[in-house]
Amino acid sequence: MKIIVGQGSCGIAAGANKVYDKLSYEIKNNNLDIELSSTGCIGMCYLEPIIDVIHEGKKITFVNMDENKVSILLNNIYTDNISVNEFTIDKKDIEILSKQNRVALKNCGNINPESIDEYINTDGYKALEKVLKDMSPDEVIDEIKISGLKGRGGAGFPTWFKWNAAKNSPGNKKYVVCNADEGDPGAFMDRSILEGDPHRLIEGMIINGYAMGADEGIVYVRAEYPLAIKRLSNAINEAEKKGYLGENIFGENFKFSLRIKAGAGAFVCGEETALLESLQGERGMPRLKPPFPAQKGYWNKPTNINNVETLANVAYIILNGGKTFANLGTENSKGTKVFALTGKIKKGGLVEVPMGITLRDVIHEIGGGIKEDREFKAVQMGGPSGGCIPKHLLDTSVDYESISKIGAIMGSGGMVVMDETTCMVDMARFFLDFTRKESCGKCIQCRLGTKRMLEILTRICEGKGKIGDIELLEELGTKIKEGSLCGLGQTAPNPVLSTIRYFRDEYEAHIHDKKCPSKACKELVEYSISENKCIGCGLCKRNCPVEAISGEKKLVHIIDLDKCIKCGKCMEMCKFSAIKIG
Amino acid sequence: MGCCQKEKFIFTDISKEDKNNIDLILKKYDGRKGTLISILQEVQEKYNYLPIDILNYISLKTGVKPAKIHGVATFYTQFRLNPVGENMIMLCQGTACHVNGSKTIEESIFDELNIKDGETTDDGLFTLINVACLGCCSLSPVMMINDDTFGNLTAEKAKQIIRSIKEKSKRKGA
Ligand SMILES: Cc1cc2nc3c(=O)[nH]c(=O)nc-3n(C[C@H](O)[C@H](O)[C@H](O)COP(=O)(O)O)c2cc1C
Ligand code: SF4
Ligand code: SF4
Ligand code: SF4
Ligand code: FES
Repeated sequence: MKIIVGQGSCGIAAGANKVYDKLSYEIKNNNLDIELSSTGCIGMCYLEPIIDVIHEGKKITFVNMDENKVSILLNNIYTDNISVNEFTIDKKDIEILSKQNRVALKNCGNINPESIDEYINTDGYKALEKVLKDMSPDEVIDEIKISGLKGRGGAGFPTWFKWNAAKNSPGNKKYVVCNADEGDPGAFMDRSILEGDPHRLIEGMIINGYAMGADEGIVYVRAEYPLAIKRLSNAINEAEKKGYLGENIFGENFKFSLRIKAGAGAFVCGEETALLESLQGERGMPRLKPPFPAQKGYWNKPTNINNVETLANVAYIILNGGKTFANLGTENSKGTKVFALTGKIKKGGLVEVPMGITLRDVIHEIGGGIKEDREFKAVQMGGPSGGCIPKHLLDTSVDYESISKIGAIMGSGGMVVMDETTCMVDMARFFLDFTRKESCGKCIQCRLGTKRMLEILTRICEGKGKIGDIELLEELGTKIKEGSLCGLGQTAPNPVLSTIRYFRDEYEAHIHDKKCPSKACKELVEYSISENKCIGCGLCKRNCPVEAISGEKKLVHIIDLDKCIKCGKCMEMCKFSAIKIG
Repeated sequence: MGCCQKEKFIFTDISKEDKNNIDLILKKYDGRKGTLISILQEVQEKYNYLPIDILNYISLKTGVKPAKIHGVATFYTQFRLNPVGENMIMLCQGTACHVNGSKTIEESIFDELNIKDGETTDDGLFTLINVACLGCCSLSPVMMINDDTFGNLTAEKAKQIIRSIKEKSKRKGA
């Protein structure tokens, strides 16, 4: 019997290490004949910690585990039928998994990321062997071209084109760089691949190296991902030992080496020219393109930069043929895409689906709909560069063209779902606060423009908005887009412009009526006590930090609005839902 | 007085042990260009922050101008020029965490420890730093204390986690 514990960062945050330790302790202490192993994130984060029990060829998944449940589970395994257990995964959740089509995430949550043998057992490094033995660099690039693979890092640029440009650039020394910076808050697919299937990335990078004639690769991983760095460096060591990295790979006249560079925390370093500066030990400031990295990249040598998920598709394309990949997806957006579903969603996690599926299917079918059965309001796609998509556009197909047509972008695949309690003006302010902080400061429009926009948005959220503010935001937004050098400034106004486009009434309510329809902007709400619900228990009065509540025991209490600092403590405390917010 | 002289003066301040530490790190990157960030990362790993005297020493040893070292150290959020507390709370303020109430968690930390973003408690036990995303968005709101990540936070849960760390270090100290 074998037990596998899901130990991605998210699983660990939910308590997977404790579950693993408990299992290990019980197995040792009781001399149980159980092999214990570990795997990355399968994507069903809402069920974590998750463990798989494999017995006589059958796999049973147990969810929401904790240390106490481990003993019960082991007892059940040894006394009766393990399939009958209150902790087994729901049929519906298995169905959700089967609706997905896993290419990049194929092994995530299924194999042990710290074992190269498990990777090899699932056809690992076969694509590399095929490429080195049977294909010319041009044939490799052709196969990628047929697949229609586009960059998954945000811009969606055809991958084969970049590889080809780097190949055709003159020079003997060339580099492959993997962008594992994943700066977009709300997206975590790259982390999951690095933690759950690092060899897939390594294989993709070596094939990229062969196709363009590079013998050296660097993975730029963000520092906030310590576990990803650990598993990736372990995988690089193992690949070196087995001869997949190094000299004469598969006995052929081809060598390739790989190393990791930990980022130091700057969103703008995800931009490719800034990333190169950072790799060279400088401040990560973007520069004008052209020259493109394919012409002048790392130390001015031809360099190809791809995102983690992009490279994780390569081995599949080589093994199964570009056509097979291209058969998935839509006319212009081929293959599958991984999405990170978060926010007010019931079943948050990672999903990989063919391009062309509707937003509604992703959010309501796969994501299980909105938490606490509230109303869906919007989904934010593309992070700080993206936009908010409202309810009436839920039937939009998820592909590069359709999403950008409605004012958002695919981005790296983060989907943050919002319900009626999220204020769209506050969301716009949130993103502007982010981009203002992250602007490298090189362009005046980006540096000062985002600051001005943030000031206006803050004013609106505080109830000090003026007539004309919306138009001012639109004007500033257009100017910042025009006057910025890199993608950060060119897209920074997008969350503002898209919320104005679809939620103008919320802006107007803030400015004209000094009201926040979602009741999220603190300065614009008032707390009061409902006369017919309050029983006069006094709990709110005791907990109010500024003594704004008064009332006799067993009588209705009241709030002095002049004193109230709107901390919400009373609402949290009242057991009779007597505190209203309006 | 030229600035170099001033540095020389400061440079004599660093202890022999510190010199050894730094020399060891520098030796690893000897002769390789573009390694400044990696060097600073190792120094911070060792000292928990980047002491200014040590930055000056690095400048002297490597010939990289102090202004450049300072420029790089201040550009990246990972680098700190001041010492931090024993326990580092990294509170996620990313999109998913924001939507799911990370502001409330920040208030509860303020309630419990009386520190805001970037501050350290008087007893030196905790430092709070807001970060952009910890990549555990599906369990938002999330915080990381030292190497442990905690998900699905509520104000109460956050307070309890902090209290239990306080307890532990009290016991250690006693
Ligand atoms: C401000 C900014 C931040 C970016 N951050 C990332 C990132 O974190 N990860 C990433 O893969 N691409 C990021 N990109 C896109 C990269 O510049 C580049 O287009 C991408 O890594 C190319 O890989 P791909 O073709 O495989 O998508 C960012 C771009 C900009 C303008
Ligand atoms: S647009 Fe902004 S982030 Fe990009 S180079 Fe200009 S100032 Fe820097
Ligand atoms: S806690 Fe609720 S029920 Fe009790 S006094 Fe306050 S408002 Fe009334
Ligand atoms: S919101 Fe806070 S300050 Fe206002 S009455 Fe309630 S507890 Fe008191
Ligand atoms: S947004 Fe908080 S962990 Fe990603």
